Amino acid sequence: MSIDYETLKLIWWIFVGVLLIGFALTDGFDMGIGALLPFLGKNDEERRVIINSIGPTWEGNQVWFVTAAGAIFAAWPIVYAVAFSSFYIALLLTLFALFFRPVGFDYRSKVASPRWRATWDWGLFIGGVVPAVIFGVAFGNLLQGVPFHFDDELRAYYTGSFWGLLNPFALLAGVISLSMLVMHGAVYLQLRTEDVIYARSQKAVKVFGALLIVTFALAGVWVAYGIDGFKVVSMPPLDALPNPLAKTVEIVPGAWMNHYEVYPWTMLIPGLVFVGAFMTILLSHFKAPGLAFITSSAALVGVILTAGASMFPFIMPSSSQPDSSLIVWDASSSHLTLTIMFWATVIFLPLIVLYTSWVYRVLRGKITVQHIRTHEHSAY
Amino acid sequence: MLSESVVELSRLQFAITAMYHFLFVPLTLGLSFLMAIMESVYVMTNKQIYKDMTLFWGKLFAINFALGVTTGLTMEFQFGTNWAYYSHYVGDIFGAPLAIEGMMAFFLESTFIGLFFFGWDKLSKRQHLMVTWLVAFGSNLSALWILIANGWMQNPVGAEFNYETMRMELVSFADVIFNPVAQVKFVHTVAAGYVTGSMFVLGISSYYLLKKRDLAFATRSFAVAAAFGLASVLSVIVLGDESGYAAGEVQKIKLAAIEAEWETEEAPAAFTVFGLPNQETQHTDYAIKIPYIMGIIATRSFDEEVKGIKEWIEENEGRIRRGMIAYDLFKQLRQQLKEGEINEETKAEFEKYKDDLGYGLLLKKYTSNVVDATEEQIVRAAHDTIPQVAPIFWSFRIMVACGVLMLFIFVMAFYFTAKRNVIEQRWLLWLTLFSIPLPWIACEMGWIVAEMGRQPWSIAEVLPTYLSVSTRSVGDLYFSLAGFIGFYTLLLVVELYLMFKYARLGPSSLHTGRYHFEVGDK
Repeated sequence: MSIDYETLKLIWWIFVGVLLIGFALTDGFDMGIGALLPFLGKNDEERRVIINSIGPTWEGNQVWFVTAAGAIFAAWPIVYAVAFSSFYIALLLTLFALFFRPVGFDYRSKVASPRWRATWDWGLFIGGVVPAVIFGVAFGNLLQGVPFHFDDELRAYYTGSFWGLLNPFALLAGVISLSMLVMHGAVYLQLRTEDVIYARSQKAVKVFGALLIVTFALAGVWVAYGIDGFKVVSMPPLDALPNPLAKTVEIVPGAWMNHYEVYPWTMLIPGLVFVGAFMTILLSHFKAPGLAFITSSAALVGVILTAGASMFPFIMPSSSQPDSSLIVWDASSSHLTLTIMFWATVIFLPLIVLYTSWVYRVLRGKITVQHIRTHEHSAY
Repeated sequence: MLSESVVELSRLQFAITAMYHFLFVPLTLGLSFLMAIMESVYVMTNKQIYKDMTLFWGKLFAINFALGVTTGLTMEFQFGTNWAYYSHYVGDIFGAPLAIEGMMAFFLESTFIGLFFFGWDKLSKRQHLMVTWLVAFGSNLSALWILIANGWMQNPVGAEFNYETMRMELVSFADVIFNPVAQVKFVHTVAAGYVTGSMFVLGISSYYLLKKRDLAFATRSFAVAAAFGLASVLSVIVLGDESGYAAGEVQKIKLAAIEAEWETEEAPAAFTVFGLPNQETQHTDYAIKIPYIMGIIATRSFDEEVKGIKEWIEENEGRIRRGMIAYDLFKQLRQQLKEGEINEETKAEFEKYKDDLGYGLLLKKYTSNVVDATEEQIVRAAHDTIPQVAPIFWSFRIMVACGVLMLFIFVMAFYFTAKRNVIEQRWLLWLTLFSIPLPWIACEMGWIVAEMGRQPWSIAEVLPTYLSVSTRSVGDLYFSLAGFIGFYTLLLVVELYLMFKYARLGPSSLHTGRYHFEVGDK
C-alpha cells in the first residue's frame, strides 16, 4: 500500500508526537522519581525501595527517548540537525545529567559505603531534574522561535546564545515540565510502595499537581498576550519536495491561539491538563493511584499536545529569519524514507507496547523494605 | 569558511566518544551470548552451578552494560549536535537504520534486561531463558543496524543526490541493507564481540584457577569460553573484513593504505609485514615483504592487481576536475530553482557529472566557490583523498597480531580443556589472564583502520568530513570536549574499580554460601 506524501508528512508529525508522549508517560515517571528520591527516602532502605520501584524497567523506558531522537533523525533530518546543533550547550548538559542514571541505578548499591550511595542518589536526582527542566525549556524556546537561518546550501547557523535560551518564558515551561513529571512519578510511587513513602508521595502529588495547574495557566495567558506566534503566509503545495526556503512566514502576535479560535473544540486539549491534574490530586488523596495514574497520564498528554497543536504546522520557527522556519510540510525526509519508516513503526510500536506491558505485569506488586532486605545483594 | 579547528575538535570528540563507547559494546555482544549459553545448559541439565555462572557473569555484564548505555546516548546526540550538516545531508538514509535500531533492537534489549536481572523468581525457567536470549538477540540486532548505517558511510549505495532538497535521498532501502560492506562488517564486528566476551571469561576464570579457588565454577566457565571463543576467533579471522574492501573506491584506497602500497604492483601483490610508511615522500622505508600474500588477501585471486596510492591520487585529480563542473551545474540549478524555471539541458548535464559532485566539494576546504580553485588547490585536494597511511598501516598490524595471539590462546585453551588438565597449564593461565586487554586493543585498532581509513570523507565519495560539522564555535567544542573527557575518565575509574572488585570476589559475590569467601578455602 502506498500512502501519498502529504498524508505521510502529517502522519509523521503524529508519530513523533506519539514517541514523545511515550517517553513522557514512561521515562517521565522515572525522571520524576529521580527528582523526588533524596526527599522521599529518608534512609538507605527507603531510598532502595524507591529506586527498585523503577529499577528493572527504567532502562526500557529510556529507549522511548532514544527512539524519539532516532525517529526525528530519520523523519525530519533537518529538524534533528538544526535543533540539536542550536541547543548545543543545553543538550550536552542534558546528556551529562543523563549519564548519572545508568550508572546510578546499577552502581549505587554495589558498594556499601553511605557516602558512595549518597553520591549516586544525588546523581539520580540530577539525572531526573536537569533533563526534565531542559526539555521544558526547549519547548519554551520553540514556542518563541529560535534564532537560526540557512544559507543557500541549507547549512544552518544559530545566532543566539546559551543564556538566551534561559529566558523567563522558557524557564516557566521548564517548571511545567518538571512539575508534570514529578507529579507523574509520585503517582507511580503510590502504585508501587506502601506506608511512609506512599504517604510522602501523596503529598508530592498535591504540591506538584497544583504547581502544574498554576504554571500551565500562567503560560497559557503568556502565550495569548505576551508571545508572538508565527504564521505561514505562502508556501508550495503540501506534497512538494521539502525545501525550507520556499515559503514566507510572518510573526503575528497571538498567532499560537489561532487554532483554538478557529476550531473551539481544540480547547479540550489544554482543558485536559487542568482536569487531569485536578483529578490526579483528588484520586491520589482518596488512595486510588491506579486511576490517578491514568488522569496524570492524560494531563501529560494534554501538555504535549497543547504545545504541538498551538504551533502546528510549525516544528521549529525561526525568530531571526522567519522564512527559514521548519514546518511539517518542508522538514521531512523523502517520500520513500517516510514510507519505510511508517511501516517499521506500524510493525514495531505495537510489539513494543505488547512486550513492555508483559514485563510490567511480571514485575507488578509493591516493593517493600522487607523485599529489599531479602534481596540485599541482588536488588539495586 | 568553516573553522579548521572546529572540524579537528569535532573529529577528536567523535573519535574519543566512539572509541570509548566501543570499550563496552563488544563485551556486551559477547557476554550476552555466553550468558545465554550458560543458562541454556542450566535449563537442560538442571545443574545449579550453571545458574550461578549465569548470575555471576551477569553481574559483571551489568557493570559493563551500564556504561555501554551511558556512552551510547552520546552517539545518538552527537550526529545532531556536532555533525548537523551531515545529519541534514544524509539523514534521509542514515537516520532510518538508527531509528529502526531503536525500535527493533534497543527496545528489546533494554526492556528485557530488567527481567533478566529481576525476573528470576517471577518467571519459569524456560521463560527466563527466553528473556536472556532476547537480550542477546537484541544487542546483536542493534549491532546489525548500526553497522548498516556505518557500512553506508563507507560505501553509500542505494541513494542519490537531489539538488532541490540539497541532500542525498534514499532510492533503494534493500541496497542499503544488503550493502556488502555492511554485511561483512556486521559479521566481523559481532564475532569480534564474541571473542571479547570469551577472552574476558577465559581470563578471569584463569585467575580463579591460578588461585585454586572455586575450581568447579572456574573450569566450567573456562570451558564454555574456550569453545565459544575458538569458534568466534576463527570466524573473525576467516570472515575478516577484507572482502568488504572490494566495494567502492574509498574501501580500495583504504586497502592500499593498510598495505602502504604507494605504487601499483603486478598481481599477485606482496604483503608488507613491516615498514615505516612516509606520507611526504610517498614511500615505505625499511619494508619487509612477503610475496603474493597481499594479492590473495585483497582480491582473492592471483591475477587481479591492487592499485597503488599514487595512481589513486592521479585518478582522483580527474574526478575533482569533473566535480568542479558538477558543482558549477549544481549552482546553476539552485539558481534556476529559485527563479522557478529549471533548464532541462542543465539538468541533463548535471546528471552526467553528479557522481563527482562530492569530489568537487573537497575543494570547499580551500575555496568556498569551488569553481575558481587554482591548480595548486586541486593538487592539494587530490592528495587529501588519501588518508594518513602510517596510523592505518600500524593499527591494522596490531589488530592482526592481537588476533593471531588470541587464536593461539583459544586453540591451547580448547585443547587442554578437552584433555581435562587446564589447571596444570599454569603458563597458559598466566598468559590468558594478562591477555584480557587484547580483544579491546584489536577492536579499537579495527575501528581506527575503518574510520581513519575513510578520511577525508564522512560519507565516502559524497560528503567530505570538513563540510559535515555543525557551525559552532571553538569555545563550544572545548566545553563539550572537556565535559566528555572529565565524565568519561571518572566513569571509567568507577567502572574498573567495580569490575576488579567483583571479578576478585568471584561467585562469592552472589552470597549463595557455596563459594570460596563464604565457605573458607576448600
